[in-house]
Amino acid sequence: MIKFENVTKVYARGARPALDRITLEIERGEFVFLVGASGSGKSTFLRLVLREERASAGKVFVAGKELGSLSSWKVPHLRRQIGAVFQDFRLLPNKTVFENVAFALQVIGKPRHQILTTVPDVLEMVGLAGKEKRRPHELSGGEQQRVAIARAFVNRPQILLCDEPTGNLDPTTSLGIMRLLDRINRTGTTVVMATHDDEIVDQMRKRVVELATGELVRDQSRGVYGSDR
Amino acid sequence: MRLRFILSEIGIGLRRNLSMTISVVLVTFVSLTFVGSAALLQLQIGKMKDDWYDKVEVSVFLCPATSPEPTCAAGEVTDEQKAAITAALEEPEIAPLVQEIYFETKEQAFDSFKKQFGDQSWAAVATVDDMNSSFRIKLTDPSQYEVVADVVSGKQGVESVQDQRRLFDRLFLVIDRATLLTGGLAAVMLVAAVLLITTTIRLSALSRRRETGIMRLVGASTWFIQLPFMLEGAIAATVGSLLAVGGLWLGVEYLVTDWLGGTVSWIPYVTTADVLTVAPLLVAAGILLAAISSLVTLSRYTKV
Repeated sequence: MIKFENVTKVYARGARPALDRITLEIERGEFVFLVGASGSGKSTFLRLVLREERASAGKVFVAGKELGSLSSWKVPHLRRQIGAVFQDFRLLPNKTVFENVAFALQVIGKPRHQILTTVPDVLEMVGLAGKEKRRPHELSGGEQQRVAIARAFVNRPQILLCDEPTGNLDPTTSLGIMRLLDRINRTGTTVVMATHDDEIVDQMRKRVVELATGELVRDQSRGVYGSDR
Repeated sequence: MRLRFILSEIGIGLRRNLSMTISVVLVTFVSLTFVGSAALLQLQIGKMKDDWYDKVEVSVFLCPATSPEPTCAAGEVTDEQKAAITAALEEPEIAPLVQEIYFETKEQAFDSFKKQFGDQSWAAVATVDDMNSSFRIKLTDPSQYEVVADVVSGKQGVESVQDQRRLFDRLFLVIDRATLLTGGLAAVMLVAAVLLITTTIRLSALSRRRETGIMRLVGASTWFIQLPFMLEGAIAATVGSLLAVGGLWLGVEYLVTDWLGGTVSWIPYVTTADVLTVAPLLVAAGILLAAISSLVTLSRYTKV
């Protein structure tokens, strides 16, 4: 589903590469934790998959397409197959929960009747049934993140990218979010989650990929957060 | 869904930057009013040319009893001299240019002089002998004046040749200069309009960065992201150009038709129908203005 071949990403000329010759393959339906200190290259990895950045060297394949040769007008179609969730939720404050989720479908031109049936379904799935008319500031952090996940998942993407989705949440709430992500993963969606949260990684026992200063230092199935434990 | 969604986005954008939207409307209004005025001035020249050039004649004034001109040294024009002039105008290379020639005697000239200026005190001292007899030549093509004038001027018995067109040319020159001035002002205002629309679109794009960021993330196509901004600019510019059309219409109706037309009635003026002829051009110019500004701005501020 996602394949990196000797990928290097250098932001500024002469600077240390943010990613250094990474080779990695993630299969369809896998759940992968991306761990490492701040600045280790986790976010760059996710940005490359979303093609917000292009690799400086090497090849990135996502959903069977090589992104380096993908023309920019095809990028929107690539992104429709990828959902993305962030630490800061990125919800629209002046829209209700329903409108925030519907927005993702409206802007890719989905018909109204489809929006009216799929949005309530996905809100039910993330556990927000009955809160459709609330605005983001009336919700708890965990609920806001559920809205963001609903928005990322409403178009049934093949891949879900999560950039520290539990970074702003307390442990109990985080656990609920992880259960939700696990459920989404069981529907066959590939989930890649960058995180600092060792408890969660240790509990979930999924594949762990560790980056350090842009290099791949560990790739372990059913791994834990720290290699020394 | 799509259309309704885009329309609501546009509504939000226009309301959010209301003061900027109004300034775009006003600047396009003023600049296109100048553009329209320049066009109407040129139409006015065209109308006057059409109307007047048909009526104008070349006047060949013949020698009166006393004249300082060397061609009049022999005194008042004789019949042989008149015959020579007529013959010259009937030469095969000149004849096709001449539509009609008629002869105006001193007496006829004096009559029309009396009719025109008879009530003035200074006109009372004039006598029939102060008048010139003349040939009045109507040309098939008024612009061929030089050719005809060359043939007759300098002939014995001809005091002077006068093209009435010359009298109008000075007026047309004034209007041409006015057109140039209006055009220059229009150009400056158009530059201001482009800059202002550019700034407005940029502000609008910045104030909706959150939305456009999410749109990019979930895979909205570039045109879908950019269209609301483009249409915002286009709508504001169109409203401005419609105001310009309205302003010109009122200006022509009340200033030209009612006021000027009531005061100096012998000139054929531009009418509101002419404003409507210019209107599509102005609206097109407004939309073009917005399109150029959008292209310049959007590629930079809403990149995929």
